[in-house]
Amino acid sequence: MTMTAPALVDFDEALTRYEPVMGLEVHVELNTATKMFCGCPAVFGGEPNTNVCPVCLGLPGALPVVNEKAVESAIRIGLALNCEIAEWCRFARKNYFYPDMPKNFQTSQYDEPIAFDGWMDVELDGETYRVEIERAHMEEDTGKSSHMGGATGRIHGADYSLLDYNRAGIPLIEIVTRPIFVPGDKAPAVARAYVQQLRDLILALDVSDARMDQGSLRADVNLSLRPVGVSTLGTRTETKNVNSFRSVERAVRYEISRHAAILDDGGLILQETRHFHEDTGTTSSGREKSDADDYRYFPEPDLAPVAPSREWVESLRATLPEPPGERRRRLQGEWGFSDLEMRDTVGAGALDLVAATIASGAPAAAARKWWLSELARRANEQGVDLAALPITPADVAAIQKLVEAGSINDKLARQVFDGVLAGEGTPDEVVQKRGLAVVSDEGALSSAVDRAIEANPDVADKIRAGKVAAAGALIGAVMKEMRGQADAGRVRELIISKLT
Amino acid sequence: MPDSPPDITRDDVAHLAGLARIQLDDAELERLAPELQKILESVATVSEALEGAGDVAPMSHPTPITNVFRKDEVTPCLTPGQALAGAPASEGQRFLVPKILGEE
Repeated sequence: MTMTAPALVDFDEALTRYEPVMGLEVHVELNTATKMFCGCPAVFGGEPNTNVCPVCLGLPGALPVVNEKAVESAIRIGLALNCEIAEWCRFARKNYFYPDMPKNFQTSQYDEPIAFDGWMDVELDGETYRVEIERAHMEEDTGKSSHMGGATGRIHGADYSLLDYNRAGIPLIEIVTRPIFVPGDKAPAVARAYVQQLRDLILALDVSDARMDQGSLRADVNLSLRPVGVSTLGTRTETKNVNSFRSVERAVRYEISRHAAILDDGGLILQETRHFHEDTGTTSSGREKSDADDYRYFPEPDLAPVAPSREWVESLRATLPEPPGERRRRLQGEWGFSDLEMRDTVGAGALDLVAATIASGAPAAAARKWWLSELARRANEQGVDLAALPITPADVAAIQKLVEAGSINDKLARQVFDGVLAGEGTPDEVVQKRGLAVVSDEGALSSAVDRAIEANPDVADKIRAGKVAAAGALIGAVMKEMRGQADAGRVRELIISKLT
Repeated sequence: MPDSPPDITRDDVAHLAGLARIQLDDAELERLAPELQKILESVATVSEALEGAGDVAPMSHPTPITNVFRKDEVTPCLTPGQALAGAPASEGQRFLVPKILGEE
C-alpha cells in the first residue's frame, strides 16, 4: 500500500481558525466468569477455540441466555455515570458479514440501551469539564482474526484468515459520549483525562480489568472541526485502534491538524474510519462509511427483554464506590498533597498507583516521588502509560522500605528500579543479584573518608575553619570511591566528626 | 392511521439483496419487488387492526416474559475438535476462511 503523508497544519495555528468537537466511544470488556449469552469461560488468550460452544459459534438451533452478572455490571456502570436505567429494553441484531462473528450478526442494543442520559465530570488542571454520556449499552465481543500470508500480516495482501472464537461473546459495554465541546487547546488532554478517569471508575466498580494494552478497554475517537463562530458540526472521522491514554491525546491532536489542512485547502472531510498508528502517532484511512453501515438492526427474537426492577437498580446503586471526584478530594486530604501535587498525580495517571503504594506501606510523599519522577520519566522515555510499566506498587513500596532501612540510598534505588523493570526479580532479589546494598562497614567507610581528606587538604582546612558546607566535595569523593554504595548522611557525619 | 407502506422498487430489492449477500438475477429482482410490496401491504393491514385498540406496544417476542437470565457460572465447552468438525477448512486449531476484502 502506498501512502503519501497528508499535509498537516500546526496544532496551535489550526485552533485559530477551527473549533474541534469530539465524541468518544469506549468499549469495556467485563470481567464476568462467563460470556454474555453462554456459559463458556470469558478469558483472555488460551489455546484457540477452546472456550466455544454452539451458542457463541452461532450453530443452528443454539439458544442464547443473558448473563445476569453482565446486566448487573452494565447497570452499575450506568449508575456510576449518572445515567437513567431503562425500565424495559431489548437486545438487537446488528447484521453484517464478517467472519469475526460466526452468526453473521453481533448481538447488541440499538435504540433501547440499558443506560442513557448520564454525565461524568472530568478534572483536568484544576478545571472540571462535564462530559455528557449519551448511552451505555450491552453487546458481545467478536472473535480474533489473524491474516495469513502476504507480507505484513494485515488484510491487504493476505491469502487467507484464521479465526479463533474464544473472545466471541465476551460481554462488552459500549459507552458513548455526546459531542464534547471544550476549548480547542484543551481538547486532546480532556479526551485523555476522560478515558483515564473512566478507567479509574471502571476499576473502582470492579467490573473489568480495563487494560488498554490488552484490549479490555478500547477507545474510538470521533473528531470534527468547524470554523470558529459556526454552530453546525463538521464531518467527523472515527479513529480506532487507540490503545493507550497517551494515544487518545495524540490521535485528537493529529486529526485536528489533518482536518485543518484539508479544510484550509477547501477540501471536504471524508466520513470514514481511520486507524491510529502507535509508532508514528498518525492515522490512516480505514474504510469509508457507506452501505456497509446499513446493519439492518432488528430486535433479537431469541432473547427476552430486560426489565430491571427499580428495587434491583436501587440495590445496585447502594453498591457503587465513592465517586472519583470525592475520592480524589478525600485522598488529597489524607495524603497532605498540595493542589498542584494532586493535579500532577492525577494527570500522570498515577492516582491508583500511588494509593496502592501507600497501602503497601510507603509514606505518601515517597510514593508520589517515585511514581511521578523516577517512573514517570521512564514511562515517558518508553512511550508507555505509567500503569503499563512492569513494576507493581508493592515493588515500589518495598524499594522505599529498603531506603528507609538504610540498606540502599536514593541513587541505588534507581538501580533497583532498573533491575525490577528489566525483569530481574523483586527489589530484594535485585539488590542481592546486583550487589547494591550500601556499605555499612564503618571501618571501610572511615578509611575512605580518611583518604578523601588526605587527597583534598584545602577542602579539609575549610571545614576545620567552620565552613561545613564545603563537606559536599568530600562526600562526593567518598561516594565516588564507594561507587555510590554508601549512606551519604553517614559519610557526612564521619567527615564532620573527623574535622571538627 | 398507519402510514401506507412505501413503494418497493427494483433498486430497493437490489440494495437489500446486496446487504444480505443474496445474488439475484434480473428476473428475480423484477418478481420480488411486487412480492415485497405485497408483504408490506399485508403487514400494514394487520397494523390497521390496532386502530382503536389503545396503546399497544409492538412485540418482538411471542410471550410477554422479561428477565430470562442465567447465573454467571461456567458450563462445559465443545472440544476444539468438535468446534471445528463442521468447518470447511481449518489450520492450527482455527477456522480458515478466504481472505477478507474491504476492511482492515
